[in-house]
Amino acid sequence: MRVEQLTSNQIDRSKPLTFIFNNKKYKGFEGDTLASALIANDALLFARSFKYGRKRGLIAAGVEEPNALVSLEMGGRYTPNLKATEIPLYDGLSAKSATNPNSFDLRAFIKPLHRFMPAGFYYKTFIKQAVWAKVEDSLRALSGFSEAPTEEDVDVYDHVHHHAEILIIGGGVAGMSAALEVLKSSDNERVILVDERSRLGGEIFNEFSSDEQSLKWFEEAVADLCGFAKEQRDRFMMLTRATAFAWHDQNYVEVLETHATGESLSSDGSQVRKTLHKIRAKEVILATGAHERPMLFEANDLTNIMLSQSVRRYLNEFGVVSGKKVVVYGNNDSIYQTAKDLHSSRIACTVIDVRSAEPLNTHAEKLKQSGVKVLQGYAIVKAYGSDKVEGIDIALATHQGTSWEIIGDSESLSCDLLVTSGGFNPVVHLDCHTGAKATFDETSQAFLPEKERANRQTCGAVSGVGAWQDTIIDGKNKAQLTLQSLGVVSETNGADLSENHANYFNVSEFFTPKSIINRPKVFLDLQNDVTTLDVALSIREGYRSIEHIKRYTAMGFGTDQGKTGNINGIAVAATILGKTMAEVGTTTFRPAYTGVDFGALAGRENGGLFDPQRFTTIHDSHVAKGAEFEIVGQWYRPWYYPKAGEDMHQAVHRECLAARTSLGMMDASTLGKIDVQGPDAREFLSRVYTNAWMKLAPGSCRYGLMCNEKGMIIDDGVSTCIRENHFIMTTTTGGAASVYSTLEMWLQTEWSHLDVHLNSVTDHYSTVAVVGPNARNLMKLLCQDVDFDRENFKFMQWREGAVCGVKARIMRISFSGELAYEINVEANYGRYIWDQVATVGEKYSITPYGTESMHVLRAEKGYIIVGQDTDGSMTPADVNMNWIVANNKPFSFIGQRSLSIAALSAENRFQLIGLLTKDAALVLPEGAHIVDRGGKSIGYVTSSYFSPILGRSIAMAQMQGGLSKIGETTIVKIVQEKQGLKEIPCEVSSSVFYDINGERVNGND
Amino acid sequence: MFLIHCPYCNEEREQEEFSPAGEAFIARPVEPEGISDEAWADYVFYRTNHKGYHWEQWVHSNGCRKYFMVERSTITHEILKVAAFGADISE
Repeated sequence: MRVEQLTSNQIDRSKPLTFIFNNKKYKGFEGDTLASALIANDALLFARSFKYGRKRGLIAAGVEEPNALVSLEMGGRYTPNLKATEIPLYDGLSAKSATNPNSFDLRAFIKPLHRFMPAGFYYKTFIKQAVWAKVEDSLRALSGFSEAPTEEDVDVYDHVHHHAEILIIGGGVAGMSAALEVLKSSDNERVILVDERSRLGGEIFNEFSSDEQSLKWFEEAVADLCGFAKEQRDRFMMLTRATAFAWHDQNYVEVLETHATGESLSSDGSQVRKTLHKIRAKEVILATGAHERPMLFEANDLTNIMLSQSVRRYLNEFGVVSGKKVVVYGNNDSIYQTAKDLHSSRIACTVIDVRSAEPLNTHAEKLKQSGVKVLQGYAIVKAYGSDKVEGIDIALATHQGTSWEIIGDSESLSCDLLVTSGGFNPVVHLDCHTGAKATFDETSQAFLPEKERANRQTCGAVSGVGAWQDTIIDGKNKAQLTLQSLGVVSETNGADLSENHANYFNVSEFFTPKSIINRPKVFLDLQNDVTTLDVALSIREGYRSIEHIKRYTAMGFGTDQGKTGNINGIAVAATILGKTMAEVGTTTFRPAYTGVDFGALAGRENGGLFDPQRFTTIHDSHVAKGAEFEIVGQWYRPWYYPKAGEDMHQAVHRECLAARTSLGMMDASTLGKIDVQGPDAREFLSRVYTNAWMKLAPGSCRYGLMCNEKGMIIDDGVSTCIRENHFIMTTTTGGAASVYSTLEMWLQTEWSHLDVHLNSVTDHYSTVAVVGPNARNLMKLLCQDVDFDRENFKFMQWREGAVCGVKARIMRISFSGELAYEINVEANYGRYIWDQVATVGEKYSITPYGTESMHVLRAEKGYIIVGQDTDGSMTPADVNMNWIVANNKPFSFIGQRSLSIAALSAENRFQLIGLLTKDAALVLPEGAHIVDRGGKSIGYVTSSYFSPILGRSIAMAQMQGGLSKIGETTIVKIVQEKQGLKEIPCEVSSSVFYDINGERVNGND
Repeated sequence: MFLIHCPYCNEEREQEEFSPAGEAFIARPVEPEGISDEAWADYVFYRTNHKGYHWEQWVHSNGCRKYFMVERSTITHEILKVAAFGADISE
């Protein structure tokens, strides 16, 4: 319900808003969050818990909330798993619980089975795959999260890079104070202040009612900061609704700023929903505050059991409260402040302080004087209620030695809202992202950040300072230290903190008596339904490290990352293990601190901008021809050119036969090309290729095979000797970048004395391959100044000439086994040459073909494709190419030494062979396994096609000891639709299927 | 995601411009055929995987494409020195 207007309220009651939650209409005000507006409407039920289906409501008011997960909006703006506490209300908002609390729930039946679902339940039950497969779908539906989006996100997300001298994370009192100090004490330093909430101020609103000075300070500070942001915008940026979620090395911080959650934005892309700020700061001031942790007792998860500071925040900042008869329970003085605020708003409340009445507590005494009932030295052992909390059982508690005990009988007390405070957890998450360890501080019973770290300061509650006046001083002091570190000021004049600066951080030890731990339903992690008994069980089963206990119980694995519950879990583990908090330690904090939208991570790099697209200069001709494309190493390569009515199989059939019987043409421009120049170019090629290069004359080309130092094939291609000290190496299309980089590495790191220069020239040339028995005839028509006579222009030679008037290098090389020429021209002439070849070639019914036909043609000839027929574990011998290995070169080529290792010539190595199915029409699927008589895999198919010229299927495969099995029959297992697993008998053959003697490269004229 | 000073560009740039290229000072044996399989395997496969400061190679792959050496802590990623190949790193 709403209480009357308080001075600290940040809602605008003159601006009512309407919204829909779980299909019901509600009213709220500008300035509300979805959570506060729902409290105002007494709609307190948010979720069903993940494991037991228990009803859950809000416990917190901010990012730490574990229960109130909702999905926002529908369609292209649907966003799952947001926290209701973090959604600013807007008119027309429509949200739904992640798990509908009101619907019939299967888990309600599981409820009585609590004791059968301890930690490890799913693991132990479903370790047998057969059981898991049957229930997986229905269990996943109970995951406790919103459904995944089904439509494409319609919104636009941005990435922005910033460089700043100082980044301040957290815009509460500490962060504001630090920001003001650095801005006032420096002139040029760039400063960024970010805060996850929609307004600056943090917890200051809770102070307004008790201290007018806080209001005055806040108003002035906000005015000053806004002034700086306006007048010095080139050096000061202030972001709200901006969460620093990851802190990487050297102060690289990622901040996600939300401009709008579900609010309508124009869908033309002109409005950005979220911006991912990538900030590189010289210094970081961490002012991230602290999260409150709850007290532990039985059924502490009932609806309307909330955190004390959050209830204060709801009351002071939003003017809402969810009960009329409140019990405030805790182990520190913050509970008295909460009770005082509630009492001032004329809400009945009782305080239960687990600490004894000795020594005298002035806060307690004051409150008693104003008529509030205060019970000291009592503990809550149990809460009860059906839909929400209706009452509690309390008993006397004493602290003996180092542990708590509950003594005596319990008595009951009724209430409709239970507020607890078990102390405060400094938000050290970000600090720990880069490896800092939080250390346990006995006085504040909290894990505090490391005191000293390079280029980082902490101030305010994150470093254990609680009182707001001291927080201002702390912020100033740390700002000065930061400026000193930057060299802006030479001396600092820090003020001392007051004696009571820790304030609420003065808490009693964790209230974890065994009599509480051993009760059922004492929840530690509300999102994952982890109880004290789960922690106890995991320890009984042998887990000792808190990291293991966390993983076994799933404590802290939810979207809240255990922000409220984890430290209590550590305390419970410490009690059971008989260790101190420091000995048990914390789990590791990793990015991201909160959920981050995939859209924000992708930014603009999706759709057409996801990956660079590369097109040859001939591309438009391919499009005009109706080509289908495939992407190879970012290149759009024609895959095949279907004619009207043709499917891929028919098109490839036609294209292959054209190249074999008359004439085909192909765009080969995408092959990687590296220009190799220098007096030592020859020597260099000899070192990186397995074969000899010293005698290759200008005018000639040579095929080369490249290995890595392990002796495994990494690339192949033809290199052309342009002149004595100048070669052009071609690489596979996909391997161009990595080969170039590897070659550079050798030259720069090992062989800097070699005078060789490399340059990537892939894009400099367009290459049109003319392939088929009529290739020579066509070339004669296209180019008059080159002698194409078969004896004068031999296979593996090149000539320079004018093709249709364009200066060209013509290589007589072949990747099809046919007579073929590759015409290389300056890239921009590519399309002209292609079109000329196509026109003139009509005489021979020239047929353009794509990568699919190229694959068929090369497979017929047994030519390998590195990366398809090899997999990084194949030596030249394994692919039957020992003929290309020159072991007598003066320099031991890359990989040569490894090839002499005995294991690489073992007989049962995987070797490249051919497979001919007994049923000539059956094309084996690539990847199918060759099996021995026992059904064990002894190899697999790497390339498989139907060969039009042979009229049968052909396949290349890797097979253990395959080269010695040629002529034998073997079995390939395949899965056929409707027929299941089938065994296909095949003959092991040479991987060369067609033109075995290699006569066709010379043509048949 | 740290910053690296490229000794060739003489600028401190984001890590995403660079690619790591393994431990430094792994010299290729001068006469590979003359050494044992074990010694060769040591060169090809075995690395110290040092915890703390060590020298490693990086390449300014999206920049000048030059390889150079970096003395970096494998624990904190702190970089003590960068050096071009052939530069004196003893000081």
